[in-house]
Amino acid sequence: MDVKKRENTDWLLKQLFKGTGMVTIVLLGGIFMMLIYNSIAFFAEVNPIDFFTGYQWDPGSVDRNYSILPLLASTGLVAAGSMLIAVPLGIFTAAFLSEFAPGKLQAVLKPVIEMLAAIPSVAIGFLGIVLVGPGIAKLFGMQNGLNALNGSVLLAVMALPTIITISEDAINAVPKTYREASLALGANKWATLSQVTLPAALPGLIAAVMLGLGRALGETMTVLMATGNASAMPGGFLDSIRTITATIAIEMGEVPYQTTHYFALFAIAAVLFLITLAINFLGEYFANSLRKFQA
Amino acid sequence: MDQIKLSAHSLNLYFGEKQILKNINIDFPENQVTSLIGPSGCGKSTLLRCFNRMHDLSSDARIDGAIKLEDLDIYDKKNSVTEIRKRIGMVFQKPNPLPKSIYENMSYALNIHQFPKNEIPKLIESALRESYLWEEVKDELKKPAVKLSGGQQQRLCIARTVVLRPEVILMDEPCSALDPISTRKIEELIISLKKDYTIVIVTHNMQQAQRISDKVAFMYLGELIEFGSCQDVFQNPQNELTKNYVGGHFG
Repeated sequence: MDVKKRENTDWLLKQLFKGTGMVTIVLLGGIFMMLIYNSIAFFAEVNPIDFFTGYQWDPGSVDRNYSILPLLASTGLVAAGSMLIAVPLGIFTAAFLSEFAPGKLQAVLKPVIEMLAAIPSVAIGFLGIVLVGPGIAKLFGMQNGLNALNGSVLLAVMALPTIITISEDAINAVPKTYREASLALGANKWATLSQVTLPAALPGLIAAVMLGLGRALGETMTVLMATGNASAMPGGFLDSIRTITATIAIEMGEVPYQTTHYFALFAIAAVLFLITLAINFLGEYFANSLRKFQA
Repeated sequence: MDQIKLSAHSLNLYFGEKQILKNINIDFPENQVTSLIGPSGCGKSTLLRCFNRMHDLSSDARIDGAIKLEDLDIYDKKNSVTEIRKRIGMVFQKPNPLPKSIYENMSYALNIHQFPKNEIPKLIESALRESYLWEEVKDELKKPAVKLSGGQQQRLCIARTVVLRPEVILMDEPCSALDPISTRKIEELIISLKKDYTIVIVTHNMQQAQRISDKVAFMYLGELIEFGSCQDVFQNPQNELTKNYVGGHFG
C-alpha cells in the first residue's frame, strides 16, 4: 500500500514540474503569436515595402506614414554606440578581474559590478537627463544633450554588468595549463593574456557581447527619457532619436484600439522581437561552443 | 668536483599558515639529471616550481631562503622573472601545448623574447630534431598541436622549452600521462639532452629514476631526507625512511 502511495506522489510531482516547465514555453509561444497576429492585421492595411523602406514614422499626420526605418536606425545607432563603449571597457575589466586584481579588490569589485545591474533603468535615465546629457551639451556646445550619444553612454553602463560577468566566466574557463605553459616560457602577463588567454576565450567573449547587445536593444525607459524623442532619420550620434522600444512605450497608451496605428506598434514590436531573439540565439550558440571546448 | 648550476639554501615555503617545504638545502650539478622522488604530497613538485618562480601565481604562497642559478638570486626583486624563466624552462605533468599550430607553439616564445625573425625557422627545426620530433611533424607544422598524440605533444612541449636554449630544464612527472612506448622515447630524450642542459625531474616511477638519473633526492613530508648519486640512494640508502621507500615498503 505504502509503495503505491509513494509512486503516486512521484507521478504527481512529475506532472506538476512538467506543467510549470510548459508554462514558459506556452508564454513565449503566446507572445510570439500575438505579435504575429496583430502584425498580419497591420500588413493587410499597409504595404510591407513602404514599412521597411519609407523614411518617416508619423502616424499622427494626414499622410499617416508608418515606416520602421528611422526607428530601426535609432535603435541600431544607440545600441552600436553603447557596444563601442561597453565592449572594450567590459572585456578589459573582466581581464583585469580574473588575471590581475588581487583577491581583496576582486572580492569588492565583483559584487559592486553585479549591483550595477540592479539599478532600475528609470534611475539611469534620470542620470542621463540631469548629468550625462548636460555634460554632453557642454562638451559639444549644444542646447541640450538628449541625443543618441547620451543614450549610448547610459546603455553602455547598463550592458556592462552582463558583458563583464560573462567575459570573466569565459576567461576563467580557459584552462590554467595554458597560462602556465605561456608563463613558463618567459612570457609576461600581458603577452599571456593577449596571445593565449583571450583568443582561447573568444567564443565566450562573443557570447558576452551578444547578450549585452540584447540588453541594449531591448532597453526602453532609459532611451525614452534620455535620447530626445525625435522620430526622424538620425544623421549621427549628436542627433536626437527615438528607438523602437520608446516609440511603443510612448504611443501605446494613447492609440485607439485596433486601428492601423495600434497594429503598427505590434508590427515594430515583432521586428524588435525577431532581432533580439536572433541575437540571443547567437549568444547562446557561442556560449555553448565554449562549453564544448572545455570538455 | 661537479660544477653547481642550481641550488636552494635554507628554503622554506608556506601556503597560508601551512609549511610545505622545510629547510631545503640542495645543489644540482651541471649537465646531470637529478630526480626528486618521494611519496605523494611530500613537496617534490612544490620544490620544483620554486625554481622558476611558478609560485608567484598563487597569492598565498610565501617563500624564505634563497635559490641561486649560478650566482643569480632568483627571488631577488631586481631580477626579471621572464628572464629567469627563459633560462630555466619547465615541462609539465600533462602535455600542455597551446591551442595553436605546431609551428606557432614553437615560435611563440621565440617571438616573445624577440629572436631575429629570419633565424626562427632554423631554430625551430633544430629544436624539433633534438627532441626527436622533426621527422614526425615536418610536413604538418600548420596542424593544431592538440591533434598530435599524447607522447608527441609532450615531446613538442620539451622542444618548445629547448628552442629557447635554457640552462636548466625542470620536468614535473613528464611521463605520468603517457603510455610505456612514449615514456621510453621521452626517457631517451632526457638522457640525450643532459649533455647541453641541467635537468631536474620529479618522478613517481622508481624504475624511471634509476634509468635516467645521475643524482637522486628523496623527500618526505616537506623535508629533504637523502641526496646522493643514483647508485648510492638505491643500492645503499643511509636513512631508514629512504630504505623503506626505495624498497617499496610505502609510497
